[in-house]
Amino acid sequence: MAKQKEVVFAGFGGQGVMTAGQLLAYTAMEEGKNVVWIPSYGPEMRGGTANCTIVISDGRIGSPIINNPMSACVFNRPSLDKFGALVKKGGLLLINSSLIDVKSGRDDITEILVPVNDIAIKVGNPKVANMAMLAAFIEATDAVSFDSLLSMMEKKMGGGKKKELLEINHRAIEEGRKVVTGKVNI
Amino acid sequence: MAKKLMKGNEAIGEAAVCAGALNYFAYPITPQSEVAEYLCWRLPEVGGAFVQAESEVAVGNMLFGAACSGKRVFTTSSSPGISLMQEAISYMAGAHLPVVLINIMRGGPGLGGILPAQSDYFQATKGGGHGDYRTLVLAPASVQEAVDLTILAFDLADKYRNPVMIIGDAMIGQMMESVEFPEKYREQNDPAESDWALNGAKGRESRILKSLYLDPEKLDENSFMLANKYDMMKKDEIRYELYNISEKNRLLVVSYGTMSRVIQTAIDEIGEEEGISVGLMRPITLYPFPGQQLYDEAVKPNIEKVLSIEMSVGQMVEDVERFVRGKKPVEFSGRTGGIVPTPDDVKGYIRKSLGIEK
Repeated sequence: MAKQKEVVFAGFGGQGVMTAGQLLAYTAMEEGKNVVWIPSYGPEMRGGTANCTIVISDGRIGSPIINNPMSACVFNRPSLDKFGALVKKGGLLLINSSLIDVKSGRDDITEILVPVNDIAIKVGNPKVANMAMLAAFIEATDAVSFDSLLSMMEKKMGGGKKKELLEINHRAIEEGRKVVTGKVNI
Repeated sequence: MAKKLMKGNEAIGEAAVCAGALNYFAYPITPQSEVAEYLCWRLPEVGGAFVQAESEVAVGNMLFGAACSGKRVFTTSSSPGISLMQEAISYMAGAHLPVVLINIMRGGPGLGGILPAQSDYFQATKGGGHGDYRTLVLAPASVQEAVDLTILAFDLADKYRNPVMIIGDAMIGQMMESVEFPEKYREQNDPAESDWALNGAKGRESRILKSLYLDPEKLDENSFMLANKYDMMKKDEIRYELYNISEKNRLLVVSYGTMSRVIQTAIDEIGEEEGISVGLMRPITLYPFPGQQLYDEAVKPNIEKVLSIEMSVGQMVEDVERFVRGKKPVEFSGRTGGIVPTPDDVKGYIRKSLGIEK
């Protein structure tokens, strides 16, 4: 069976979790991998957590629905409460430590604390918190290469007036990467 | 053409454009509203038209009128909306009109919910409206297949002059996957080349498209003309996929759409982890159903049972029973209401069916 990578991005609406997940999916597709991106939709979105699941594989992707993902990136407390328990044993949980002051309490997964809102403010735009998280995830898992990510960002965001924004995103990515000290094999 | 990452709903919209179907009538309903959202800007770009009707009843009748022109017409909706169109679908079938109907199914009955389900199998495959008619029914299991089958649906609708329905569960509409479209986009049909369309009777005999026949001989004749078309479909249009079929299979699972993908994962896992060998038949045409093909797989001596797994309380299982003709025990497992069984659930169904304790 082909090894596949699964990750959930979860947070409040507006934290950029869908965008970060889509960027990861686009990048993986550009690298020639099969990908599925699934949003949460419906009544659970209103006032609750927004989340999306991304599955990346070299082979055919069977079930697009992943109840116990190998990894999760949680941006707020309700998302930690919901997804912290669902990550597969041996998996990876990235926690936005700017907004969440607890951990999952599990000792069978790897946890990495990423202060994504602090990073975003430091680099000059609170909206790039999602990119710091995405960078930390990629640094830890090698799900895609940073070269592909950066070229996809350029493609999606374009040049011109948005150049400054692109630079801030680059800085958020650099800071996000720095937080991660080792690789996690998922 | 380069691969694109697209939501199923948007990809279906682009596939219709690709098929030269530029006449779209619809009324928004979750979980397929992105099709309308996409086409409301995309169709004007290519000289097409999107009419948002005042209700699905109106959509059905707009399709009826527009289909008479010989150009490709279609709608997208979800379960309760499709119910409201049934009268017009029956009339279009009776009048031998090509139309493509895309149902991104949600749970029912009634208003039900908005999450994925496969609860419209009966409605789609057994007629849906009143009278002796069928729609040809296609069931995609991925975004790419939703594109391919949408394009095919228009060809089949024209070929048989019959309504063709695509039933996808909400997961097909909502998820993003990579897709490729054909390089060449098709031109719209030219009604002047049609031998049945209503395009003004100047210089020729007038044509009448109708489903009303008060003379019983004529109605009998029309109904058997329809039946002949269905026989032709059974001969030429059956499509299905087999997965992990081997002489080691103890169980044959039958499933379609998103559910079949979950089952593929479960089959891989239960084979690897527990050494239980299971084969899958995935019908792609639900009507006509690959009945003989199912029978041939089911009667193989290694197959102990046949298990239909659906996101419903058990609908396709009745066709599975019908085609297995009592040669092997047929069972059903599934969930509905918007719950998609997980690979773990499916492994449980497989063990239960085979009487294996874990």
